[in-house]
Amino acid sequence: MVAQNIFFAIFAVIMVVGALRVVTSNNVVHAALWLVTVLAGAAGQYILLSAEFVAVTQVLVYIGAVMVLFLFGTMLTRARLGEETDLNNKTWILGIPVALLLFGTMSYALIDSFGDEKLPENAVVVSTQVISDQIFGPYLIPFWALSFVLLAATIGAIVLARKD
Amino acid sequence: MLLNQFLLLGAVLFCIGVYGVIARKNAVMVLMSIELILNSVNLNLLAFAMRSGTADGHTFALYIIAVAAAEVGVGLALVLLIYRNKRNIALEDLSEMKG
Repeated sequence: MVAQNIFFAIFAVIMVVGALRVVTSNNVVHAALWLVTVLAGAAGQYILLSAEFVAVTQVLVYIGAVMVLFLFGTMLTRARLGEETDLNNKTWILGIPVALLLFGTMSYALIDSFGDEKLPENAVVVSTQVISDQIFGPYLIPFWALSFVLLAATIGAIVLARKD
Repeated sequence: MLLNQFLLLGAVLFCIGVYGVIARKNAVMVLMSIELILNSVNLNLLAFAMRSGTADGHTFALYIIAVAAAEVGVGLALVLLIYRNKRNIALEDLSEMKG
């Protein structure tokens, strides 16, 4: 239990620092690379939560595919890759009270509802077989819908980005 | 491990993502902040899946990952199109539909 808490703390610090750098960095490429640390830390947290398949999917899809898309998007829309000064809106300062208020409300609600409720000590790791039984069993209709969403997204991205 | 430590971490990431969506002008940065928000939701889903001992939360998390990938693909295609037409992806300059 102690080792899990130590690793949780390490991953949590990495994720929060990385997330803060994502929203404060003045360089789009640096922000994308900080986002990688957040996503990798999230994969670590998923393993702590005994969700191995989701953790591996996170690494493959997010760190593998989505980050490449972000870097491509950055490089295709930016003439230069260096520091920039005007990445923030003129009204960016409004974001701070909104975020703090939201966090205050959410943390009050969470602490009020769950207090110091513990997660089960020796939870079984949810195996890939169980997840596939879920996806191809009770959640088959959402899975089909999702495959149509991905198809539509692929066709839409090609149609939008095509030069004609 | 407490349940709340994961939920509070998710709340922190969610709020940082909301701040990013409000504060950022560059469309790619806004998409990155949305990724932060989606990840915090996944963290919550998996924490509750471990609490209940079922695999439903894992299924939801996988679906969210797939939807997020589709969203980034279409979003970046839109950003590319806007850049091609306007040479600029600052969101506050996109005001053609203002009444």
